[in-house]
Amino acid sequence: MATSESVREPLGACAPSSSSSVPVTTVTSRHSALVRVTHWITTLCFLALLVSGVEIVISHPRFYWGETGNVLTTPLFKLPIPSSRAMVPSGYGYVLPDQNGWSRYLHFQAAWLAVLTGLLYIISILFTGHLRKNLLPRGADLSLRAFSTSIADHLRFKRPSAAEAWSYNVLQRLTYLFVIFVLFPLVIWTGLAMSPAFVSAFPLTVTSLGGQQSARTIHFFVSLALVVFLLVHVIMIFLAGFWTRMRAMITGRAANRPTELP
Amino acid sequence: MSDLSRRKLITTGLAAAAGVTGLGVAARLAQKYGLVPPDHGGIYGLGETLTYASQRLLTKHSLAREFSPSQISKRPLANEMAPPSDAFKRLQAGGFADWRLSIDGMVDRPATFSLAQLKSYPSRSQITMVQCEEGWSYIAEWIGVPLRHVLDAVSVQPHARYVVYFSMQPEWWESIDMSDALHPQTFLAYGMNGGGLPVGNGGPLRMRIPPQLGYKSVKFITHLTVTDSLKSFGKGLGSASPEAGYAWYAGI
Repeated sequence: MATSESVREPLGACAPSSSSSVPVTTVTSRHSALVRVTHWITTLCFLALLVSGVEIVISHPRFYWGETGNVLTTPLFKLPIPSSRAMVPSGYGYVLPDQNGWSRYLHFQAAWLAVLTGLLYIISILFTGHLRKNLLPRGADLSLRAFSTSIADHLRFKRPSAAEAWSYNVLQRLTYLFVIFVLFPLVIWTGLAMSPAFVSAFPLTVTSLGGQQSARTIHFFVSLALVVFLLVHVIMIFLAGFWTRMRAMITGRAANRPTELP
Repeated sequence: MSDLSRRKLITTGLAAAAGVTGLGVAARLAQKYGLVPPDHGGIYGLGETLTYASQRLLTKHSLAREFSPSQISKRPLANEMAPPSDAFKRLQAGGFADWRLSIDGMVDRPATFSLAQLKSYPSRSQITMVQCEEGWSYIAEWIGVPLRHVLDAVSVQPHARYVVYFSMQPEWWESIDMSDALHPQTFLAYGMNGGGLPVGNGGPLRMRIPPQLGYKSVKFITHLTVTDSLKSFGKGLGSASPEAGYAWYAGI
């Protein structure tokens, strides 16, 4: 074993103690190449969308409900931040520089790349069985007891077992499914509902949401939900062992697959 | 080299070659069918081209949403300052009787129109939304003459592809493709909410292109040019917007 090409250094000091005693070998990949590539493209796109989205909001940090809204109408709420437009009564004595040009170009370019990557991902997880095997909760997971155990483990910040490095727990599965099949479709839908040309052909995309300003407001809150997901996701990576999880998502390699797993 | 890796190499090579050829063919077809925007160069060109091409394929003939009179915004936002030039002040003092719109380029009968002449054409109105790229919006009734009607009057030549239009304000000009120029909701607007067009909303004459964001609807219009290429206008990016960092196509 010591001479084999597949032998790897034991994981570094940052690894959880439960797995650092296990000699690590390359076995079947923890994450398929497609999952890893689409994960990192999506990460880049999301960060680009977030930065450019924040810049666009700064030009009018007021939100409305219904079809129309502007500085002469009452907002649903205002963000307590300065604006990049003098027209907005932000309460600050200065106006930030306009960054909307490149922000809008970047926002839509990143949106295209994210949507195309997402389509590739969805099609592939349907065909490879990744969705059924790794994302849909297992039958046993859906019992009340399994749920409460998982929630209690999370609340106690219990370190994941070695087995969990190879499989998602039920809360993880439900969260990923919610992000993939609810939040992402919703953020795309509300985004398209703000496009005057798109809604000229498909008016229901915006009228069903209550109007163009409602679509903008929902877009903002769904984006906020995605940011919360990102923060929790990154915190969980740190709690579970930053390097092992990063390594698994970058190279696909992880510690030995425990035999008790199917 | 083992058989397996050789096979893999050949497959990968063929796939890459097919991919590159496919992209080349797609680019040629897109160019031929007018699916490439003038600001397609640079790092954001891919996203812009995908947006513009999809919108041309999906929404070229669809009408922007129209609203009921009860949805008209009670206080339409007058977000424009009057052009500070003396020439504008003189025209305003004369009730804009001497305001002129000139049309030239690829037309059979270049012409200059007064507001009275434009108003003598059949007047149309639409209740549509002005949507700013910043995020705010309002709904108003717009009264004017469809651009298509004026273009027919000067007889556009068959190879024309774009209409470039200029404001009296220096450095403020835009362009649209011929399908947007001939779109039934593209107006030269001279009235609003049953009355004249206030200076604060672009009066006496502005463009209205409801399927695109507000910044395409240039105010204080004095000049139109019909052309088959945007290369010779400004920096060749299509309009003043890309020169200021904003997308040429604003239907999103």
